[in-house]
Amino acid sequence: MPKIYSQGSKRMNNLQPKQETIDFILNFSKAIHVVKTRSMLIEVHKN
Amino acid sequence: MNTNTSDAVLVKNYIDGNERALEVLVLRHKSRVYNFIYSKVLDGDLSEDIFQDTFIKVIRTLRKGTYNEEGKFLPWLMRIAHNLIIDHFRKSNRMPKFESKDKEFDIFSMLKDSGRNAEKQLIVDQISADVRKLVDELPEDQKQVVYMRLFKDMSFKEIAENTDVSINTALGRMRYAIINLRRLVVEHNIVLTE
Repeated sequence: MPKIYSQGSKRMNNLQPKQETIDFILNFSKAIHVVKTRSMLIEVHKN
Repeated sequence: MNTNTSDAVLVKNYIDGNERALEVLVLRHKSRVYNFIYSKVLDGDLSEDIFQDTFIKVIRTLRKGTYNEEGKFLPWLMRIAHNLIIDHFRKSNRMPKFESKDKEFDIFSMLKDSGRNAEKQLIVDQISADVRKLVDELPEDQKQVVYMRLFKDMSFKEIAENTDVSINTALGRMRYAIINLRRLVVEHNIVLTE
């Protein structure tokens, strides 16, 4: 497909994820706890 | 810990339990990861979802101790995001959308599927996998009885014949297996419900 050089490609350098998404990730990290037993790893989520 | 701390040190600190290390990692790379995702999917909400899933995968991997990238955190992070984007496009190609042109009556809102939806099925599969792992923790004689009874649907008479013990012994092993399974569930605070 030919490139259209008259149109600049969209620059996307200033976009940021929402603060609530960041908060969710950080809270998820605090809530998750991994239990190691002899043969498996079990994920436990604290509320 | 300051903004000059390397990714490798932050990853190590996080694995050692320092939550602040994760925050620094997320804030340091959020723009790059988010812009990369957005440049591929061109949808804000979808980018947020994939961004979130990317870091959830990172957290799970680091917490489980299965990370072994040795200093190459950012390429690993971008690869996870890239794989999730590919997963999204694969899924959306497999599931064509149908939309009714008639706003008054939409046949698709009338149709109901009484079966399990994908989320419920995933949960049931996960519970089943967890139960199998728990059963694997049991002593060999108890494990054998549980597999035959629950997964092969055999009667206690058949189990007794197959394992060369009396029916009472097979019943006793099943009883102890259930007591041990309950103990494991309580010990590890596992929730096995839909």
